[in-house]
Amino acid sequence: MLNRFMQMRLRDLVILAVILFALPLFLNNPFYYDLATQMAIIAATVVGLNLLVGFAGQISLGHAGFFGLGAYFTGIMTSNYGWSSVPALVVGAILVGIIAWIVGRPILRLKGHYLSMATLAVGFIIAIILNNERALTGGPDGMPVPAFTVFGWELSPFGSYNLLGMELNGSEAWYLFAAVVLLVAVWLAQNLIDSPIGRALRSVHGSEVAARVVGVDTARYKSLVFVVSAIYASAMGSLYAHFQGFITPAVAGFDFSILFITMVVLGGMGSTMGVILGAVVLKLLPQVLADFQELETVMFGAILMLTMIFMPKGLLPTIQMAVGKRMKKKAGGQA
Amino acid sequence: MFAEFLQYLFTGITIGATYALIALGFTLIYNASHVINFAQGEFLMIGGMATVSLTAMGVPMVLAIILAVLLAGVLGILLQRFAIAPAKQADVVTLIIITIGASIFIRGLAQLVWGKEYHVMQNFSSDEPIRIFGAVLNSQSLWVLGIGAILVVGLVLFFTRTLIGKAILATSMNKEAARLVGIRTQLVLMLAFLVSAVLGSVAGVVVAPITFTSYDIGIMLGLKGFVAAAIGGLGSGIGAVVGGLLLGVVEAMAAGYISSDYKDAVAFSMILVVLFFMPRGLFGAKVVERV
Repeated sequence: MLNRFMQMRLRDLVILAVILFALPLFLNNPFYYDLATQMAIIAATVVGLNLLVGFAGQISLGHAGFFGLGAYFTGIMTSNYGWSSVPALVVGAILVGIIAWIVGRPILRLKGHYLSMATLAVGFIIAIILNNERALTGGPDGMPVPAFTVFGWELSPFGSYNLLGMELNGSEAWYLFAAVVLLVAVWLAQNLIDSPIGRALRSVHGSEVAARVVGVDTARYKSLVFVVSAIYASAMGSLYAHFQGFITPAVAGFDFSILFITMVVLGGMGSTMGVILGAVVLKLLPQVLADFQELETVMFGAILMLTMIFMPKGLLPTIQMAVGKRMKKKAGGQA
Repeated sequence: MFAEFLQYLFTGITIGATYALIALGFTLIYNASHVINFAQGEFLMIGGMATVSLTAMGVPMVLAIILAVLLAGVLGILLQRFAIAPAKQADVVTLIIITIGASIFIRGLAQLVWGKEYHVMQNFSSDEPIRIFGAVLNSQSLWVLGIGAILVVGLVLFFTRTLIGKAILATSMNKEAARLVGIRTQLVLMLAFLVSAVLGSVAGVVVAPITFTSYDIGIMLGLKGFVAAAIGGLGSGIGAVVGGLLLGVVEAMAAGYISSDYKDAVAFSMILVVLFFMPRGLFGAKVVERV
């Protein structure tokens, strides 16, 4: 049983790795690389959010707040105080984790809609502060962020690199980096899900009262996973800031929060591969719909609505169910 | 000093009355179907925008308002019939995303029809402001308060005196039982969305001369209505009205005495403070979860 579980985890990770590293065969210009890099960073954020939504069954409508805090901490520390990227990312993530823990304890006592309300409020407050503290954040105009640096080595979308004899331009290098980050993010999330903590979380999702009755400290686990998902968001926010080279308070805004939660629900709550698919689809959709110009918003809304009405479990779980049914039918027919 | 305070109070109560109407719309739909309707703000937008564009075409204002409210009502029914009803087995989050999809869709349509510009709407009566103890009161504020009060009283009568209103209440309390005594619950749900849309669009029309109107005005107004409903306690009618007025006044005071940049932050902090001490809002019912 345990063995099979391990195999499934490994299978998902291998499939993801194959897709990520085969993708460059189909990407033929820097624009696509940049889009894919953005997707990978956002997908990693959503994998973290899915721990909270899909496994602990808690709704956050303010996760972009944590993403934005990470982005701005990195931006401010690296450009104004000369910090290097990794310490900025780590310290930012720790601070955001502490903030999430402080606000999380009282918030996570709340149920259902009150919880979404409270997380929405936290996200809004963070975005408003970033918007108004002009001296620190540049206000609504945003601020530039220097390139990602490790030990004096710089990763910039405009640089050129040499990896094991392969010539890479900046966009390609960033894509590979983001792909590895996504794989690590998925691997960590899978480990958390299969740990005793993960089991406790799933029990909270099933029935919180029942979980409490059998001795699960539900409040502790809920705030723990809230903190973990906030740290994911913060770390990815830091990378996003470096990659974009410029950030505005929109990264912490309500639209971004809604985008994150939509990716989780559309892709399939509780399915790590599903939410990655959700991130890809929702990043890709505006690109595809851009051809329709003024119809773009209408079509986006319609597609979102229709998908959720007809596939309430999300894209990947619905597809998997359909494939599973068909295979069973086939097997039944042969027997 | 007092004049200043009075001024902020007027502003706060006016915008608070609007929030209260939005919150009532939320509450109605929430009670009837347990859906948080993130498209609620779009009803306001439809109300304001349709009235503006109809009057620009030469339709008399009263008729324009009636047509705009009808349009919003039809939209409310369509929303229930084609977006909410087919997904009744779905998770809470899934339903939220569906209403978000609906609001994006409606906003997209509005942008298509009316463009992205801000539109100005005339006051219902004179543009001459009223002076009270040195504070200035926009005459439109009286319209907002008056119509808001009429709607609230009307709703109370509707729910306590009419059979249809009682049917909605019965459905919100126990859908199965309501069906057993012969109430057509699907119809009742549609009705709840209709009434909610009418409330929202009327609020949108009366407040439009004060706030201006544009295709995207519904997002923030809708969220504020949600905040007001949560402060009052989701599902409570009195809670929605009190929550709305409280939110409006606190926001106006914050804008006046602290900083207008942070007025929204104060509104959102308020919800955190209220929920910290009263996890079910000011008037929320205590619910026991069954395992």
